[in-house]
Amino acid sequence: MPTAPFKSVQRVCQGSERFALPVWVARLLNASCRSGQRFFFGKSTSISYPSSALKNMSEKKIQTDVQMKRALTRISHEILERNSGAKDLILVGMHSRGVPLAFRIRGLISSYEGQTVDVGSLDIGLYRDDLSVKPQAAMKPTDISVDISGRIVVIVDDVLYTGRSIRAAMDAINDLGRPSQIQLAVLIDRGHRELPIRADFVGKNVPTSREEDVEVKLVEIDGLDEVVISSPIT
Amino acid sequence: MTTNDTNTRKSIRQKHILDLDGLNQSDIQLIFENTDSMMEVLNRGIRKVPALRGKTIITLFYESSTRTRVSFEQAGKILSADVINVSSDSSSSKKGESLYNTALTLQAMKADAIVIRHQHSGAGYFLAQQMNSTSIINAGDGMHAHPTQSLLDLYTIKKHLGTISSKKVVIVGDLLYSRVARSNLWGLTTMGANIVLCGPNTLLPQDFLDSRLREANHPFRRIQIEENIDNALEGADVVMTLRLQSERQKAGHLPSLREYSRRFGITSKRLKIANPNAIIMHPGPMNEGVEIESDVAHGPQSVIESQVTTGVAIRMAILYDLITGNHSEKEL
Repeated sequence: MPTAPFKSVQRVCQGSERFALPVWVARLLNASCRSGQRFFFGKSTSISYPSSALKNMSEKKIQTDVQMKRALTRISHEILERNSGAKDLILVGMHSRGVPLAFRIRGLISSYEGQTVDVGSLDIGLYRDDLSVKPQAAMKPTDISVDISGRIVVIVDDVLYTGRSIRAAMDAINDLGRPSQIQLAVLIDRGHRELPIRADFVGKNVPTSREEDVEVKLVEIDGLDEVVISSPIT
Repeated sequence: MTTNDTNTRKSIRQKHILDLDGLNQSDIQLIFENTDSMMEVLNRGIRKVPALRGKTIITLFYESSTRTRVSFEQAGKILSADVINVSSDSSSSKKGESLYNTALTLQAMKADAIVIRHQHSGAGYFLAQQMNSTSIINAGDGMHAHPTQSLLDLYTIKKHLGTISSKKVVIVGDLLYSRVARSNLWGLTTMGANIVLCGPNTLLPQDFLDSRLREANHPFRRIQIEENIDNALEGADVVMTLRLQSERQKAGHLPSLREYSRRFGITSKRLKIANPNAIIMHPGPMNEGVEIESDVAHGPQSVIESQVTTGVAIRMAILYDLITGNHSEKEL
């Protein structure tokens, strides 16, 4: 039977999905999860823990909504600077979170240049090199309605990690036409490349370990803008 | 954490596709989503993607077929798989090899999927029980099931009408021998359509007149049976005509083809009874002038040709799902 004080604690727990938990609360939660008993809350089973606490992970916010906006603003200017304007540009967002990012960059570019850039979306499901190793994800349709031959394609993605998705994306793009250039814009570069691939435009470089998770949340999909890194608690 | 339902669902829950009775709504939705992507690939200038590179698909056809075999072959080739066609009259079955031994041989050759059409109902199920690593796709077994045709019918309805749920679907013709109709009953029921079956009494399976079908929790309890085509067509959203299987009419189910055509053939005059934007479907091959008038088959309401294109995309989605999917529950 949940009691009144218990309810208020539960609300704190749920809220911590969005707001960083004080370190001591997180430790307490994790300690109680690990030991398999919730000494803090008695016997009730209806507690919802923050997902990071269940996995013994601590979360840290590494980019706020304002910082994300600044990063995208800078990326947009860099794209224009590198290509001397918006002529011939086409932004291709990678499903899922690259697509809203591509649309945001288009919005920013058109506010500076007064001209609208083409945007497409790309699903790399059919081009992955790990199809027989890892289970597949459900595909979303690729939608690039303009001819990309001779244009400058800027691939937009949220996190650059091993580089394998980008390899697949370049293969997919080459099947659609022969662009004059392919460039890469990412919000977060977390390192650990397994292929000789580098981003042309980076929002933020984040040194990580392979055990950590970097998660980009966007208003269009997740209801808020932020980047969170979760690390295992040792 | 932030992934939605369709992203967490990796693949359908089956290793084989034998009929539609084992697929639920979200399985079918997942196949539809992947089919959308495959349609995009079909519309490209260069129709080739590397998804199934290095995989082998064998089509094993003991009955004749054009569109099913070709569309499986094309689907496999667009996905970069190696497709090998075996037909009964050029295979060792001529020398008396059993289906069981043929299948074990093909499995030993490391086939990733076997597409089988057989004149006997249940042939696909039999094969699936013998296989440990190979996926079986039923491309028609006797008068029992033809799941990929049914999936493409469902996808075609969804694309043309927006939804399948609560649409009135009239299936007209030779219901006794039609495996397409049987699989469609499962698929359409799962997707929530209102089904009306129409055909001469002799070509209606007797189980449909059985009262057990009307019991409260039977999936087929809402299926209606109508012997008058004009009543059946009233307010129809989809008219599915079936081929009159003349090779199976020796048993004397019909007095004459002409009478059948007069009583059950879909003519442009009859079509006016249905909804003005109703679509006409036919699984092919058509007997024009028997179950369907030529003007209707090639008219503005006909989606028969788009069914064929969709067939390739659906089969790509199924091959992709079965061969690359993580099928943790490896059961029938």
